Amino acid sequence: MLTKRIIPCLDIKDGRTVKGINFVDLRDAGDPVELAQRYAQEGADELVFLDISATEQKRKTLAELVYHVAEKLNIPFTVGGGISSVEDVDVLLKNGADKVSINSSAVKRPELINELVAKFGSQCIVVAIDAKYIAGEWKVHLVGGKVPTEIDLFEWAKEVEERGAGEILFTSMDHDGTKNGFANEALAHLSALVNIPVIASGGAGEMHHFTDTFKDGKADAALAASVFHFKEIEIKDLKEELKSKGILMRI
Amino acid sequence: MKLVIIDYGAGNIQSIRFAFQRLGIEAVLTRNAEEILNADNVIFPGVGEASSAMAKLWESGLHDVIADLRQPVLGICLGMQLMCNSSEEGDTKGLGIFNTDVVKFNSGLKVPQIGWNKIENLQGDLFEGLNEDFIYLVHSFYAPKSDEAIATSTYGIEYSAALQKDNFYGVQFHPEKSGAYGAKILQNFLEL
Repeated sequence: MLTKRIIPCLDIKDGRTVKGINFVDLRDAGDPVELAQRYAQEGADELVFLDISATEQKRKTLAELVYHVAEKLNIPFTVGGGISSVEDVDVLLKNGADKVSINSSAVKRPELINELVAKFGSQCIVVAIDAKYIAGEWKVHLVGGKVPTEIDLFEWAKEVEERGAGEILFTSMDHDGTKNGFANEALAHLSALVNIPVIASGGAGEMHHFTDTFKDGKADAALAASVFHFKEIEIKDLKEELKSKGILMRI
Repeated sequence: MKLVIIDYGAGNIQSIRFAFQRLGIEAVLTRNAEEILNADNVIFPGVGEASSAMAKLWESGLHDVIADLRQPVLGICLGMQLMCNSSEEGDTKGLGIFNTDVVKFNSGLKVPQIGWNKIENLQGDLFEGLNEDFIYLVHSFYAPKSDEAIATSTYGIEYSAALQKDNFYGVQFHPEKSGAYGAKILQNFLEL
């Protein structure tokens, strides 16, 4: 049977990891390649690299980073952050990324999803959706959650699936950074609505939050950044804990 | 050891090249028929949609070359599917090396299957020294269990995770992305 996935997310700025100061035994905690390998050794099932830099050099720096990660990493990884064209995706996949994640660019021009799927296949196109609960409705937000839209999360998720995306990465802006658990109610609804895998993101603080998001949120995978970066949760321990709770894990 | 990865424009060949580099082997990426015929081992990769990948293979003129190879050949993911008789995806005629028809998952589970699943019922040299473990897969279509299956996996239904006929091997999963376990499978392939 297919196992549930644990996915550490590395925030990248100008080719360096942004967080992650507690990895004292790493030669260079800011080196994404070294950190990625460490996560793989600890049992991460997959990694996400989210590029948050906003320089003109961004594309070239990210493409180089992807190449170096792919050289060393023997588990799959997704790259996201400011990807907006077929050409962007082509370079990243050619350099060895397994999947790319698109967000604002897909909302602005939904046909981009169809174009990417037609050229590269569903299996490598992840659509990331940031949403916030406002007056009884989940509204999609853009630019890392900063810009609200009138778009409904569930309607957008359905459209994303119909346009051929292979996976949805849903981040609840209300839960992100709170360490109070994932948005399980919305996740469960989302997971029942679409027939493609859903990755839960935003809110991980304790081990039981992961148990809850797999059991109650029906998530196929769970993504977190700071709890892993700051070693508040060890991936090995987390996977043992989840397994003991009856959740299928690769250990 | 001369290892060739067939470069016909439909595959994430960089990851496969890197995986062999980590094993100390520099693979040659090529669509040159002579170079492929002269290789010790051949990798037939593939990602994306079956009919367009097959169309690219025809354009490259390599469809005839592959079926005639006598050295160990390993089809990966879509590469394995294209080595079968046919695929339901895009109603595609395959190379007919494996006597099986690729069909779409239809068991009520989410499609594509993305992630790590257990590989079971291991047989033969490709899995020499390996026990059942987890492998990484991304696919919507599968080869049903058959006599040529040398490993199986289960996603709603038990299907072929790996196939073998004579010198031809095919794996539905991505050994290049399946950690140390996948690396060992690639190492075994090099030693065939």
